[in-house]
Amino acid sequence: MQTSIIDAIRNTPDGREANRILRACTHCGFCTATCPTYQLTGDERDGPRGRIYLVKQVLEGHTPTAKTQHHLDRCLTCRACETTCPSGVEYAKLADIGRGLVEQQLTRPRRERLLRWVLRHVVAHRQRFALLLALGQAARPLMIGRLASLKSKIPPRRASSVPSHDRIGHSAASSGRSMLLFDGCVQPSATPHTNAAATRLLNRLGVRVITPTGAGCCGALSQHLSYRDEALDYARANIDAWWPHIRAGAEAIIVSASGCGAEIVEYGYLLRNDPAYAERAARVSALTRDLSDVLAAENLSRLDDIGHGQSVAYHPPCTLQNAPHLHDHVAEILTQAGYTLKPVANAHLCCGSAGSYSLLQPEMAGALRENKLRSLTAENPDVIVTANIGCQMHLESATGVPVRHWIELLEPAA
Amino acid sequence: MNQAASLFDPAEHAERASPPDKPTIIAALQAQLPAEMILTEAEDLRPFECDGLSAYRQVPMIAVLPATIEQVQATMRVCHAMDVPVVARGAGTGLSGGALPLDNGVLLSLAKFNRVLDIDTQNRRATVQPGVRNLAISEAVDHLDLYYAPDPSSQIACSIGGNVAENSGGVHCLKYGLTTHNILQLEIVTVDGERLTLGGASLDSPGYDLLALMTGSEGLLGVIVEVVVKLLPKPELAKVAMVAFDDVRAAGDAVAAIINAGCVPAGLEMLDSPAIIATEEFVHAGYPLDAAAILLCEVDGPAAEVEEDIERVREIVAGCGATDVRISRDATERALFWAGRKAAFPAMGRISPDYYCMDGTIPRKALADVLIGIGELSKKYGQRVANVFHAGDGNLHPLILYDANNPGELENTEAFGGAICELCLEHGGTITGEHGVGVEKIDQMCVQFPAAELTQFHAVKAAFDPRTLLNPGKAVPTLHRCAEFGAMHVHNGQVPFPELERL
Ligand SMILES: Cc1cc2nc3c(=O)[nH]c(=O)nc-3n(C[C@H](O)[C@H](O)[C@H](O)COP(=O)(O)OP(=O)(O)OC[C@H]3O[C@@H](n4cnc5c(N)ncnc54)[C@H](O)[C@@H]3O)c2cc1C
Ligand code: SF4
Ligand code: SF4
Repeated sequence: MQTSIIDAIRNTPDGREANRILRACTHCGFCTATCPTYQLTGDERDGPRGRIYLVKQVLEGHTPTAKTQHHLDRCLTCRACETTCPSGVEYAKLADIGRGLVEQQLTRPRRERLLRWVLRHVVAHRQRFALLLALGQAARPLMIGRLASLKSKIPPRRASSVPSHDRIGHSAASSGRSMLLFDGCVQPSATPHTNAAATRLLNRLGVRVITPTGAGCCGALSQHLSYRDEALDYARANIDAWWPHIRAGAEAIIVSASGCGAEIVEYGYLLRNDPAYAERAARVSALTRDLSDVLAAENLSRLDDIGHGQSVAYHPPCTLQNAPHLHDHVAEILTQAGYTLKPVANAHLCCGSAGSYSLLQPEMAGALRENKLRSLTAENPDVIVTANIGCQMHLESATGVPVRHWIELLEPAA
Repeated sequence: MNQAASLFDPAEHAERASPPDKPTIIAALQAQLPAEMILTEAEDLRPFECDGLSAYRQVPMIAVLPATIEQVQATMRVCHAMDVPVVARGAGTGLSGGALPLDNGVLLSLAKFNRVLDIDTQNRRATVQPGVRNLAISEAVDHLDLYYAPDPSSQIACSIGGNVAENSGGVHCLKYGLTTHNILQLEIVTVDGERLTLGGASLDSPGYDLLALMTGSEGLLGVIVEVVVKLLPKPELAKVAMVAFDDVRAAGDAVAAIINAGCVPAGLEMLDSPAIIATEEFVHAGYPLDAAAILLCEVDGPAAEVEEDIERVREIVAGCGATDVRISRDATERALFWAGRKAAFPAMGRISPDYYCMDGTIPRKALADVLIGIGELSKKYGQRVANVFHAGDGNLHPLILYDANNPGELENTEAFGGAICELCLEHGGTITGEHGVGVEKIDQMCVQFPAAELTQFHAVKAAFDPRTLLNPGKAVPTLHRCAEFGAMHVHNGQVPFPELERL
């Protein structure tokens, strides 16, 4: 596609990157077919091709208004469009640049600013989020009347395990193998079972699992709210926390929440212009793997038949489907473990969780969740599983069917 | 640079009294439709400025995004009363600028009409809204072992309304026909906002065949708001042979040999070396990167027959010098072989910032000569070209690769394209196969049709749309335009196909 980016932007790193990405787009429209928001609204501006155009016009010097921002906000960053695009257009990178430019030129209304502040300053901080969650859980019974709708946003209480020191799960075998396990900001307090189960199973398989305290939020939250520098700081902190262990021979950085995984595999790209970190960031990205990808490479014979044919509907998170370099082996592992996987229509469509999206765009997120749950429950599964904490919490707040992280189904073998 | 401006003929709008100003039109529309369905500012309108042919762009005056037939009717009534031209838009994947907006017109998007309304298994038909994606129809009836046959390569995204308006074909139209052979009934909204049903449930309804007339009318006769399509039972088995050649002439001969042997393949497609390389990178379909050309030949039907036919294909192509033959082992591999072909156009975005997709037909026997000729022209014009070809029915799509940001390259591309058109005509071909005329090939219509026939086209148009408000300036040129166009070139004294120079 032809571009005429204004001089002030064209020769910046962002400008060059945006131009490179835009030039690959042929305006064929294939991507609109798999875009969840375009499917809902049928509005060009709510589809990838239209959003690319919205970004293009900002780059070409047209001052955006809140309308452009609104349509960019409504994008889930699910990247289904990237998977569909035959021209290899890296939509998410372009959207990131576009959102940043728009954010610089516009001031959001107070209410939006406040919500975004809370997301960045509370949710992304493990201890603060744990506190907020505990408060919310305690206050649940009080949430009546207008507050009742809040109730569904608060996940049920589970035994929490916010670590205050390096956690090391030792394996029985002395194979000497070790891997890092990423904890993240929300997961330790909201769904602590996930990493506990993963650690036990990996230990059984002879792998020492290390979770250093210095590591925190992956940075995705800030990144999606256009606080790109803040995201980079999170990335640097994580790299610093992991590096000694990587030097000591940790084989992989395991991520059990694919939303975080998708961010960490991009560290190399995000920090490519930071000479102090570029090399280590690239190495970290290369070591990052989804939990299912790690397990699929191990000998899983101990899993045979633990599922007893229980029926499962699997919701593959967008990040696992569309982020380059993350590989999804959940279905094959569960099948091997003796679970019966039910067919789920429109598996490529996002459930609406999308990080902080469900809080910022409740209407769209609700509509997507409704469609997703209809597909997931069509065959009456015993349990719904997914591979990302965001999806898990979002889905479980609107269905009676239990929603779990898939690794929990392997507990009997751990 | 805005190409569109030069394509419009001011004389086409000359006799019209000046319509009301934009605020008046907006107010009239707002009185009928929810405000959020009416887009009026450049920021909102620019994403609609082009379709799949992005070299031609025009921001519309207003875009309307209705969600009900009543809202379409209301829009048409307002526009009709105020003399505002209307351009319908489906998914905007068209490659001839058919959905290119007008600066004094309303762009009417049908994208919100994306529901399958009814599936009638017994009579094997489905009633769908016009914005439903072509592939979504087949997906909706997949569990019933039925499908909708026409499969343009854009099927994942293009709308059935757009398919009807363009009479789209696909890789399987060799056996199953174009859109016109696969629809039963249309509901349209006329220029003055009336609803009209064309065709009927039975295969042959009495009276003129208005259904066929409407199919391929490129938004000039009415707005399609509902379509009843035929569904076919999925063939018991389908297999595709991927055949490699180290010489395009051998590939061309193989096409002729397959057809002459009396096989009717469900699809017979050819890609040349640059097309193979570009698509393989995206799809990893296993196309041999060192081949000069590959053929994809599909046969479908009862299993026993298919096994027999595919073996015959294997023998025929071996006799024509094929260097490698691979036959799809299962449905997944079959889909993979086709996926490359279907993504061939946009995959060009990986090797070139822009591509210009041409659409001509040639007699099958001329295939090798035309391909070799195009190769020579490519050297002469100094631009790369990839060829993708519905080989079975002689529909050729040369994709000229260029960079619109380089001054002069688009113009050179257009000249190169003109030379390819000449080459096709020299070999007894035509200037458009399946992508429609739109704005892109409007001048070539003057070449292909004599004045008397164009006058007939205008008479048909006038019967539906006497004031030329529906997609004016597209598909059928005015005689005035042809005269201007022809005169200009005669003046330059270029023969034998001077008119083609501007394509
Ligand atoms: C990569 C690629 C591959 C393609 N491959 C093929 C192919 O193999 N075969 C083929 O035939 N085409 C192909 N095309 C062209 C294009 O996809 C078809 O012409 C398609 O039918 C256009 O559908 P659309 O919904 O995008 O229509 P649009 O582009 O939106 O509109 C096309 C025309 O139809 C009119 N129109 C749209 N909807 C309506 C309606 N509801 N009522 C009245 N008029 C309407 C418009 O005014 C316009 O004139 C391809 C395009 C691309 C980008
Ligand atoms: S599919 Fe890719 S090339 Fe086509 S419009 Fe979308 S982003 Fe652009
Ligand atoms: S990232 Fe998802 S929501 Fe955003 S444009 Fe792409 S497909 Fe649509």
